[in-house]
Amino acid sequence: MSLDRLQPGGSARTQLAVVGARSTTLTAQNGGDKLKGNLFYALLLLAIAFALAGLTAIVVQAFVKGSPALSTHLLTDPPSAIADRAGFRPAIVGTLYLIVGVIFLVVPLGVGAAVYLEEYADRTRWWNRLVELNIQNLAGVPSIIYGILGLAFIVRGPLDLGFILAAGSLTLALLVLPTVILASREAIRAVPPSIREGSLALGATQWQTIRRQVLPASIPGILTGVILAISRAIGETAPLLLVGAATFVTFNPSFFSDDGYTALPVLIFNYATRPQDEFRVLASAGVIVMLVVLLAMNAFAVWLRNRYEQQW
Amino acid sequence: MDARNTIGALSATGADRPPRSLAAPSGRWGETVVKALLALCAAISVLTTTGIVISLLTPTIAFFSEVAIGDFLFGTDWAPTFTPSSFGVLPLVVGTLSTSLWGMLVAVPVGLLSAIFLSEYASPRVRKVVKPIIEVLAGIPTVAIGVFALLFLSPTIADVFPFMVNIAPFSAGIAGLAIGLMIVPIIASISDDAMRAVPAGLREAAYGLGATKMKVATRVVFPAAISGIVASIVLAASRAVGETMIVLLVAGASPRLTFDPGASVQTMTAFIGTTATGDIAPGTVKYDTIFAVGSLLFVMTLLMNIVAIRLVRKYREVYE
Repeated sequence: MSLDRLQPGGSARTQLAVVGARSTTLTAQNGGDKLKGNLFYALLLLAIAFALAGLTAIVVQAFVKGSPALSTHLLTDPPSAIADRAGFRPAIVGTLYLIVGVIFLVVPLGVGAAVYLEEYADRTRWWNRLVELNIQNLAGVPSIIYGILGLAFIVRGPLDLGFILAAGSLTLALLVLPTVILASREAIRAVPPSIREGSLALGATQWQTIRRQVLPASIPGILTGVILAISRAIGETAPLLLVGAATFVTFNPSFFSDDGYTALPVLIFNYATRPQDEFRVLASAGVIVMLVVLLAMNAFAVWLRNRYEQQW
Repeated sequence: MDARNTIGALSATGADRPPRSLAAPSGRWGETVVKALLALCAAISVLTTTGIVISLLTPTIAFFSEVAIGDFLFGTDWAPTFTPSSFGVLPLVVGTLSTSLWGMLVAVPVGLLSAIFLSEYASPRVRKVVKPIIEVLAGIPTVAIGVFALLFLSPTIADVFPFMVNIAPFSAGIAGLAIGLMIVPIIASISDDAMRAVPAGLREAAYGLGATKMKVATRVVFPAAISGIVASIVLAASRAVGETMIVLLVAGASPRLTFDPGASVQTMTAFIGTTATGDIAPGTVKYDTIFAVGSLLFVMTLLMNIVAIRLVRKYREVYE
């Protein structure tokens, strides 16, 4: 007897019974259900199309509006009150400096915290659970609250750095720290216990195991998290407004000078709020510069994740 | 090898010795130092929270010594820079709720339907392309979305629906639409994960009982994933409430007690953003106002985040 359900074998009587049974069960699904199903599917397609179209429109509109201003002057000229001569150089340099500071702070702190939580922390202890809950909560704190922290705690208050670029860097680093910790933890957790046990069985200490086995194996995941965190830090504007990223700086900034500094998104915001259309074109051109950098970084992170995703 | 280190030596000769553990006989101090350093890194996060609470609390207490707490929370007039000044925060709260509400009205249906599409209807190939695109687009900085809303959405919508923009180019509804675009990826992505965590057995049982694909998606998978879905919505709402740059660019700067989508409003975040940029002297009431509003914002988003974390944990427990 044939096992193929679509082509039942057997006598003519069996085949007739199968055809009859099939026709009754299939017609039990009435036409209304089918219509509703199709309408629902259309609605789903509409929703996903709306989401994709809306988000890509942001990118497309920036290119359409900003392309007339795209030139190398945009990258090399300082801000100016005259739109023809205004560019983004101090802001781009400022953002670069901010990001260097963020990387310098957030990589050791974030990875260190993740290693502690995954490899050392005893979950039954209340303080370790507190740290975990705390990191989850910090990930949801609005960025402007970090600006307030930066203003009251880093610029003034205990640290008293003043309105300098390093204060901006520190504020942004605290802002993206939870992202790095959460991503690094995922990456470290993905390394199977057998790797650790093998290393420990060969006589390595716990730290040797972490440094030589666990961390190398989880580097792609950690790197992905760091890239995503940095791309968030590049676009973050609100906290910088509070910690002194002034908008009219015509010279390249440095880490600890208190002459003022600015950042790319802050200058974009400033240009966009000016009434003249020339400045709005400039703001869109600035958005293009920022988006190109960010989308390239995000795409690289996604590629990295897919390329090195290891199946143990 | 030293005989004391073999396990056999334990029971045979160890009658008068203390019980031994498998750890090295003398702990390496380097290992302890490393552990302490790593624990310090983890403690930084707790210090950050403590720092946030202290930096918000001290000026807020100073603020409430000048302004009665009832006048702040229930007052309907927000004019901190005028003389005589008035510190009723309700217009800012309503402004925040208004922009967030319009945003959620866009983002919840679009996000949930997108999630159902991705999780139940999309072929693996389509999913593999669409989901990363949405995740990359989720990384667009909010200042870029704000510029888009100010330069494109606001003039375009004002042409078609004049009631949406009373005073060009500011409008709570358009700020809401832009916020909606910002949070759609959050809802779509997290809800998709939640629905995909629903075991295939539930779907197969429903199909076996003769349910159509739509019924399986809406009556079986959706309710089964509800805690993850609600968590994504709460998380998105908390983002919407805390969003600054979009509302700074398109919502306007007039604190007003209205949910009219065409009105220009000021949100809590926008107030902090505009007031704190100027050179304001610490110790003045104006300076403390930022922190009082900041505290309110912090408490609101903290409550939402706690709810979201609880819900996410719940759905993880059920299916993993």
